[in-house]
Amino acid sequence: MKRRHFLAAAASAATPARAALGQGTSGASRVLKFIPQADPAVLDPIVTTAAATRNHGFAVWDTLYGLNQDYAAEPQMAQSHAVENDGRRVTIRLREGLKFHDGEPVRAADCVASIRRWAARDPMGQVLMARTEEIVAPDERSIVFRLQRPFPLLFDALAKVTPPVCFIMPERIAATPPNQPVTEIIGSGPFRFVAAEREPGSRAVYERFADYVPRAEGVTTWTAGPKRVHLDRVEWLAMPDSGTAANALIAGEAQWWENPPVDRQAALRGNRAVVMEIPDPTGFVGMARFNHLHPPFDRMAIRHALLGAVDQEEFMTAVVGADRSLWRDDVGIFGPGTPLANDEGLSVLTGSRDIDKVKREIAEAGYAGEKVVLLAATDFPTLAAIANAGANLLRRVGMQVELVADDWATLVRRRANRAPPSEGGWSMFFTFWSGIDTANPGVHQALRGNGERAWFGWPTMPRMEELRTQWFDAPDLAAQQGLARQIQAEALREGAYLPLGQYFQATAYRRGISGLLKGLPLFWNVQKG
Amino acid sequence: MFAYVVRRVLATIPVMAIVALFVFSLLYIAPGDPAAVIAGDQATPEDVERIRQSLGLDRPYLVRFGSWVFDIMRGDLGVSIFTNLPVVTMIKQRIEPTLSLMIVTLCLAVSIAVPMGVVAAWKVGTWIDRAVMGFAVLGFSVPVFVVGYLLAYIFALELDWLPVQGYTSFSQGFVPWIENLILPAVALGSVYIALIARITRATMLEVLQQDYIRTARAKGAGQTSILFLHALKNAAVPIVTVIGIGIALLIGGAVVTESVFAIPGLGRLTVDAILRRDYPVIQGVVLLFSFVYVLVNLAIDLLYTLFDPRIRY
Repeated sequence: MKRRHFLAAAASAATPARAALGQGTSGASRVLKFIPQADPAVLDPIVTTAAATRNHGFAVWDTLYGLNQDYAAEPQMAQSHAVENDGRRVTIRLREGLKFHDGEPVRAADCVASIRRWAARDPMGQVLMARTEEIVAPDERSIVFRLQRPFPLLFDALAKVTPPVCFIMPERIAATPPNQPVTEIIGSGPFRFVAAEREPGSRAVYERFADYVPRAEGVTTWTAGPKRVHLDRVEWLAMPDSGTAANALIAGEAQWWENPPVDRQAALRGNRAVVMEIPDPTGFVGMARFNHLHPPFDRMAIRHALLGAVDQEEFMTAVVGADRSLWRDDVGIFGPGTPLANDEGLSVLTGSRDIDKVKREIAEAGYAGEKVVLLAATDFPTLAAIANAGANLLRRVGMQVELVADDWATLVRRRANRAPPSEGGWSMFFTFWSGIDTANPGVHQALRGNGERAWFGWPTMPRMEELRTQWFDAPDLAAQQGLARQIQAEALREGAYLPLGQYFQATAYRRGISGLLKGLPLFWNVQKG
Repeated sequence: MFAYVVRRVLATIPVMAIVALFVFSLLYIAPGDPAAVIAGDQATPEDVERIRQSLGLDRPYLVRFGSWVFDIMRGDLGVSIFTNLPVVTMIKQRIEPTLSLMIVTLCLAVSIAVPMGVVAAWKVGTWIDRAVMGFAVLGFSVPVFVVGYLLAYIFALELDWLPVQGYTSFSQGFVPWIENLILPAVALGSVYIALIARITRATMLEVLQQDYIRTARAKGAGQTSILFLHALKNAAVPIVTVIGIGIALLIGGAVVTESVFAIPGLGRLTVDAILRRDYPVIQGVVLLFSFVYVLVNLAIDLLYTLFDPRIRY
């Protein structure tokens, strides 16, 4: 017997409380200890768009519609729906027996209040509400949308997993203003949030919700299908240090680590107790965002010319290394592998790279040696790597680069500054978006072209806005795909941003864990032992 | 003595006021935006601005400072921007792991370092002295996180004697509590042991040359009695001073150690709050640390009277 086992046995004999917590005892077999990408600092998934909070949200709250493996909406809390009056009246019928964690039944009025709160924050929700004359709950199980004109993407909007997600909360909680975090974490999802055991920054605990009724039919993929729970309890243990997280997984003190960084993956792959796989086929898409307000990137010709210098292989190698199975370098505007991804105009990124030609083009476009201020976040290795590669690229084409390296909290403050770069503003910053968050024009924030109201960089692209509006009205997938080709061509023509490639984030878990779903870190379907 | 203690406690008030002003002003001018961190990467500038207004971060410096000071006077350290929990509650949640880590480290360090220093002084110039001083140099030069990783690798991963990370509350039993603290305390204590051992050796060397030590030897006192009763007591004042100064080292080291061993203490709370710009939490924790440091200094001053009867306040 190893000394530690002896100590653990002595401890559990002396302290029954440990057994109750499922630590170091045989009762722990249905307890999963999970190391998330970050602690969900804000627990309200409507107030923040942080991915960790969205993932926490899927444990606690349920959605009317789920997203399946084909990225299409399927009823989840909804039992069925009826589209009438030429698409201007949509009635969603709730499943029977749905309950919140406080024991109250889920009512249509709860859904209406939740949809309203979500829609105030969400870009697709805002479009939906702009087209909605009325949304009402005529009875306990019916939600009725009366629309000014048909909105074919209504179910996709309710099913989307890009934050903020349309989670259903009790009406009294959903009455909280959308910019103010809710104080009660009560949902109707498959897990109940254990507020008493919450240690902000360190630990979040979820217990199986005994009254949850999974769908009877369907295939469990992404957030669609039956959410069958095989665990009693899931503990999220935030570990800011990747070395500690790796050790905890190897020692069996945690069973699942959401996102081991690249420099830890080789060691984990070599450990027989650990399994690694790529859970999210949409990966992370890198982008360099221009500030469209100030020179030199206020000139479309310069932005467009730089596309000819981008070597996505170089960027992705800097981020995750030379293993080509971990990245793609033919990435356009929409996340590869998602239904709208296409090759329209991609030759500007995939053709041969000619730095001298790009130099000539930016000179002809009027680049006069203005200083280009790049914002680089140093507290995330992937962001630091992509920013350094970006700075090298701009230097190679002859630009005067000032790389401002700061932590993320400082970067996000500066990027909100619309002033010229010389007065505290900026010229370019780098970020990664989850591939699913670039899957369509409704969720892809970097495609907005509505000037000062657009995402950071504030481009004015009227044609893009027009195409986006048309996309919302597209009656079917074929029409959406046709518009997506035009949107991609327009985004590349405008140089909305530089697409820098896509990488795939591995997840690591102990052998013996099974049933992990593709996409997000979700805890239904997962089995231990 | 009582009057002195009261005077010293009252003197902490202006010190804390200066610390408060300094911390608040520093955070005010520091770059960063908690509203943008809360909103997340996909939020629009409008969303961020709405959140900033709802948090009151758009108010002028004097208004925010005045409101913060007014709250502090009422014993209210404010509410975390991110968790919506009172800062006092968050500190209460995190204080036990940090306090446990510091107490175990302090006990471990003093019980190892003082005898080490004494023996090194007694055996000055021998291999024992050189070994102790070599250890001290190592303790000073190897960073806490390196010691931490090494210990975790050897004792947790390879030997499987102790856990890699985490903290178990004392209320759940002594064994699991101490099991989680041994490696972090050794890692954190390494530099502290080195510091105390060196000072103890140097002070003991000086004391051992004194006439009263020669007298004690002449009277036939035993070596142990000479070292620990006659010499160590007279060397205690500088040693106690360095132990006190070392508490500042512990506070700083706890930040790193708690991250390496994933201990949910005040150190990690501070780092997380700084990274997110959770101003009320940073201000609350820094005020607490300053207050503790002032109190520790007071306690050390009072301890001098125990070791040296000539000192009177």
